[in-house]
Amino acid sequence: MRMLKIIANDKPGSRLLLALAVVSVAVPVLNLLVPENSVFHLSTYTVTLLGKYLTYALLALAADLVWGYLGILSLGHGAFFALGGYAMGMYLMRQIGERGVYGDPLLPDFMVFLNWHELPWFWHGFDQFWFAALMIILVPGVLAYIFGYLAFRSRVTGVYLSIITQALTYALMLAFFRNEMGFGGNNGLTDFKDILGFNLREDSTRIALFLASAAALVCGYVISRYIVSSRLGLACVAIRDAESRSRFIGYRVEKIKLWIFVFSAVLAGIAGALYVPQVGIINPGEFSPLNSIELIIWVAIGGRGTLYGAIIGALLVNYAKTYFTAALPEIWLYALGALFVVVTLYLPKGIVGLRNLRGART
Amino acid sequence: MKSMEALRKFSRRDQVFDFLVQPEPPDLDLSHNIILYLEGLNKSFDGFKAINDLNLYIETGELRCIIGPNGAGKSTMMDIVTGKTRPDSGQAWFGQRLNLLRMDEPEIAEAGIGRKFQKPTVFENLSVIQNLELAMAQDKRVWPLLTARLSGEQRDLIDEVLDIIGLGELAAAPAGKLSHGQKQWLEIGMLLMQKPALLLVDEPVAGMTHQEMERTAELLTSLAGKHSVIVVEHDMDFVRSIARKVTVLHQGSILAEGSMAQVQADPRVIEVYLGE
Repeated sequence: MRMLKIIANDKPGSRLLLALAVVSVAVPVLNLLVPENSVFHLSTYTVTLLGKYLTYALLALAADLVWGYLGILSLGHGAFFALGGYAMGMYLMRQIGERGVYGDPLLPDFMVFLNWHELPWFWHGFDQFWFAALMIILVPGVLAYIFGYLAFRSRVTGVYLSIITQALTYALMLAFFRNEMGFGGNNGLTDFKDILGFNLREDSTRIALFLASAAALVCGYVISRYIVSSRLGLACVAIRDAESRSRFIGYRVEKIKLWIFVFSAVLAGIAGALYVPQVGIINPGEFSPLNSIELIIWVAIGGRGTLYGAIIGALLVNYAKTYFTAALPEIWLYALGALFVVVTLYLPKGIVGLRNLRGART
Repeated sequence: MKSMEALRKFSRRDQVFDFLVQPEPPDLDLSHNIILYLEGLNKSFDGFKAINDLNLYIETGELRCIIGPNGAGKSTMMDIVTGKTRPDSGQAWFGQRLNLLRMDEPEIAEAGIGRKFQKPTVFENLSVIQNLELAMAQDKRVWPLLTARLSGEQRDLIDEVLDIIGLGELAAAPAGKLSHGQKQWLEIGMLLMQKPALLLVDEPVAGMTHQEMERTAELLTSLAGKHSVIVVEHDMDFVRSIARKVTVLHQGSILAEGSMAQVQADPRVIEVYLGE
């Protein structure tokens, strides 16, 4: 009941959820029911692309929750996304079974290639989906807990925190590049065949993954909205704006930061887990600091501290990226940089801030 | 022989092992009518003695003004009481039982010491009512906060405080839009929401207009009795208008204590402070 009231009070958010619902109905219809030669047919390639955007949107939402509401500018959120992705990738690798190039029933191809004879201990259990699903939540969550516990307890804030989150994702990237780590080195994990017994190349599986991404985004949004509308959300804004003041009032700043950070990391991990089966590969490049920075740009462009702004920003920038990298590949990075500068200078509240501007004038 | 010495420690009958001692019940004990004891406090920063053998006692329900020139140690004293700074030596007790030097900032706030800072820091992006809601004495752990809703009782308390600080009409306005004086009152209101036993108020009238100052004086005197209030202030007119007992700090220790008239007549005080 209270949830419904909160969503109803959040006008732009409920409009966005409505749009997502419409898209979730329209996409399967246009892809599966409309004949392929019709103009209205949506190719499976596009469906997967849209699904990928939705996972990015969930990642942006996670980043906005900590940056927009707690002022934690995490430049390492890509790390949690990638960890969730790796957990899913390990499950998908184990599903290949004997169908790999080397046909080993137990070992993934890259292990056979490296002359390994046994499955490393941390690969056990990933043949079960429930175990992988648990790890998708636990691995990013526990890492965020340990990292956050140390960082927030030592009262590391501002740009210093940003730098160590950046270092975290960079360190993970270097580690995952090593073959000895047992995660496929620089090639990462790929050549997936099926998920939960469904062939990943089938249109219907692609649609299901798209719908799962949309559902995850909606759930993530609703829960995040609930958090920021609660008194805990007020406390977050208070901490963002005047940290030591909130401490004097009696709020355990470290704990609040820690739990929101952990929740955000779990959301990022789920986004990564949904991303991997749709793009068909996960490699250490996902840990690249650049990815995490780009993600912050999505949020900034969309509008920080609104939740829906992050989603809009992620969708728009990624659509623009797909378009520009195909049409004018040399220009994209300049365009992104210019967009970021323009938004920071003239639209401090991002694209969604435009609406308020218009409202203020009339 | 040495081992005998060591063993003797265990055979003493007048005390028990440390681990058997029950932890002191952490409630505020005001049976001696003194709410704050500061005894023999010392604190130096890089060799500069900010607090020098300071002894200060505040009675329950008292309104005490503390004055003193810049660098007299007023802010450091407040920092020690609220747990922001630890003294090099000395004791600080809240009531009979609460050792302030063993508590951290949130614990002290929860125990009932509220502090208003010199510069008004309200949460500018939240409304007046949300500011009060956050400041309320409540379970401030993460999960209870997530599910918390305003009860009727809490709503009444908020209304009551809004009334005391005179911001009832601005309840829904963002705190950032308030005037300087209104922010100061909101901050005092936020302190009251915590139902503190002891209020530390740092320069409440700095930058206020004359009318605002009068209202603040009224507000603070009305609070004394129900709460103990310590006011640190530079403005002598203001101190004169509210003070019953004044303490003059100088170079980290107490120079004089008494009514405003007594203090003003003290030649040492005139020399270091009033006479300049």
